[in-house]
Amino acid sequence: MQKSGQPEPISTKALSFRLLALAVAMFGFGFLLVPIYDAFCEVTGFGGKTANSAAVDVVEMVDQDRELKLEFVTTVNQYAPWEFHSSVDSMTVHPGGIYEATFIARNLTDKHKIAQAVPSVAPQQAASFFKKLECFCFTTQEFLPGEEKEMPVRFIVDSDLPDYIDTITLSYTFFDTARLTDESAEMAHPEHSASKTGSHNVTR
Amino acid sequence: MSSAVADAHADHDDHGPVKGWRRWLYATNHKDIGTMYLIFSLVMFFAGGSMALIIRTELFSPGLQFVIPSFFNQMTTMHALIMVFGAVMPAFVGLANWMIPMMIGAPDMALPRMNNWSFWILPVAFSILGSTLFMSGGAPASGWTMYPPLVLQTGDAFPFLIFSVHLMGLSSIMGAINVIVTIINMRAPDMTLLKMPMFVWTWLITAYLLLAVMPVLAGAVTMLLTDQFFGTSFFLAAGGGDPVMFQHIFWFFGHPEVYIMILPAFGVVSEIIPTFSRKPLFGHDSMVYAASSIAFLSFIVWAHHMFTVGMPLTGQMFFMFATMLIAVPTGVKVFNWTATMWKGAMTFETPMLFSLGFLFLFTIGGFSGLMLAIAPADIQYHDSYFVVAHFHYVLVPGSIFGLMAAVYYWMPKWTGHYYNESLGKLHFWLSTIFVNVTFFPMHFLGLAGMPRRIPDYSTQFADFNSIASVGAIGFGLSQLLFVYVVIQCVRKKGTVASQEVWDSPRGLEWTVPSPAPYHTFETPPRISSDTSFS
Repeated sequence: MQKSGQPEPISTKALSFRLLALAVAMFGFGFLLVPIYDAFCEVTGFGGKTANSAAVDVVEMVDQDRELKLEFVTTVNQYAPWEFHSSVDSMTVHPGGIYEATFIARNLTDKHKIAQAVPSVAPQQAASFFKKLECFCFTTQEFLPGEEKEMPVRFIVDSDLPDYIDTITLSYTFFDTARLTDESAEMAHPEHSASKTGSHNVTR
Repeated sequence: MSSAVADAHADHDDHGPVKGWRRWLYATNHKDIGTMYLIFSLVMFFAGGSMALIIRTELFSPGLQFVIPSFFNQMTTMHALIMVFGAVMPAFVGLANWMIPMMIGAPDMALPRMNNWSFWILPVAFSILGSTLFMSGGAPASGWTMYPPLVLQTGDAFPFLIFSVHLMGLSSIMGAINVIVTIINMRAPDMTLLKMPMFVWTWLITAYLLLAVMPVLAGAVTMLLTDQFFGTSFFLAAGGGDPVMFQHIFWFFGHPEVYIMILPAFGVVSEIIPTFSRKPLFGHDSMVYAASSIAFLSFIVWAHHMFTVGMPLTGQMFFMFATMLIAVPTGVKVFNWTATMWKGAMTFETPMLFSLGFLFLFTIGGFSGLMLAIAPADIQYHDSYFVVAHFHYVLVPGSIFGLMAAVYYWMPKWTGHYYNESLGKLHFWLSTIFVNVTFFPMHFLGLAGMPRRIPDYSTQFADFNSIASVGAIGFGLSQLLFVYVVIQCVRKKGTVASQEVWDSPRGLEWTVPSPAPYHTFETPPRISSDTSFS
């Protein structure tokens, strides 16, 4: 415009629109962060994130000399009306061997309910070595009113697991999928969480 | 030019402001909009300050005295949102509006009509936010960080919180575009980028930060909104989402945001310290590079806010060292300010006092920031009053003192009259004493284990809390003195200010009369060695 010292590089209008485009692009980038983080955690196993589908490379040599303690933690989310626990608190496993653990959940309501279990493995360095062949967490689980279900998980611990790990904790949190769709009805009945022992919110 | 024709033409081309409310509602003049921004942020400063006083009154002694816990949580949340988005950010935008055109020799901002919008959105946004106090379920109480799933338990206020944040973001983005376009396209002839004053430089960098991160915040709160009402599961574990993801996205915005609030204050003290040391700023160009480095580093340190969420060792190490790296360019700045004063003919008028207070106390906040950056130590400090002490030291004697210094420094230029120097100095000393009485004991409280955001506490914390509360009330009352000084100055009660105002200050803003005419630099000025930097 009135500048004479330097050549006019770009008009005010063009610059304004470029900056606006930058703002819009950054808005998109905010959403893009979601798949970026997911992919990052999937690849690295950060945050104890384990694969959400069955492992396929099951041919493993069982390492009979090495024993690992596998502990189970079960949590019910705040608004989920279930009783949920593992059949045993812990088990001893050998890397490379195929094992099965059983989890038991009971619908505490007289309604048809659908649950989703979300797994997590600690320490997170072990997450990518814990391979699930079959898991009730791969799909949602349907419960009839008052129904109790036994749900198996079959798994292998990869024998490449770092030597310094001797204990692995497998945690499942049970969520009510209705919380996602019929959230107002659930919010109206928060007493479910209060009436249950051992349940707590996953809030950090 | 005395012919009737010329007179009629002059009438038609009247350059004075329109009279009445139209001047303000339809404002496109950068000085009017700057004034509105500054008044708005002062009002918000007192609104947020009153909430802080409710918090400190409740915390004066252990036990629950005055408010119920849910209301206490609403106060901490609203205090933060109002102070960050309503007081500090608009105040710096107000200064940018007033000063940037005058400092680069431009007649106005590049996009005056958008400027009008970006201001008038703010009262709307904060009316929406304020109205949530009267809604069923109360105002947002999840902390200004809005972490899910807690924030999803907000009552009717939830969508209003989201939309008000959207509007604040919109206002900031428009303001930032305006600042960048003005600086890039409207500088006086021969004012190359490196000849710009530091305040303009820091604002240019701040504006880019705003453009880069405010949309990310808008995206994050939009995801909260769709999670709550439209069945998405960005942050809900049951649907495959992850609540920690919100923290990553929020702090990708949140960390650059803290530099958005401090970089313009760096610019302000870089103007004031040279004037009252009667020396040019030491290392102008290195200041520019330091500010740019800080801005760049601010994008790669966000997870230091999240050391306790469970992060792998490599992640903790990366974010710890990257955070500590910020101390290097910040150290360059503090060194340069100190070197500017070295062997200078210093005087201690109110703007200089606030700048020196800034220099000392912001550095204390910087050091406690370095302590918090140490990942293993942070696990102890996390969510304790030590964190509260840290960020209040960088925000109150940092950003707020920077703003106070700027107002005292440029107010004679705005009004044409000096403020009352004795009262200004009294305001400084009261503020400085009380800010330390308020926030210094919080370091001890945090180290002793007092958690933040709680209305009640163990009796062992009683003494330091009552000291902090006395300090807070004293600080709040001291700011009434500031309002009195400003009003007296605006009512032209002080001595008439000369065009230069101070003793040979540098910069184009001191080449226009005091008070600055409604329109300045309609023809671009030639810059000389007195009005250029570097």
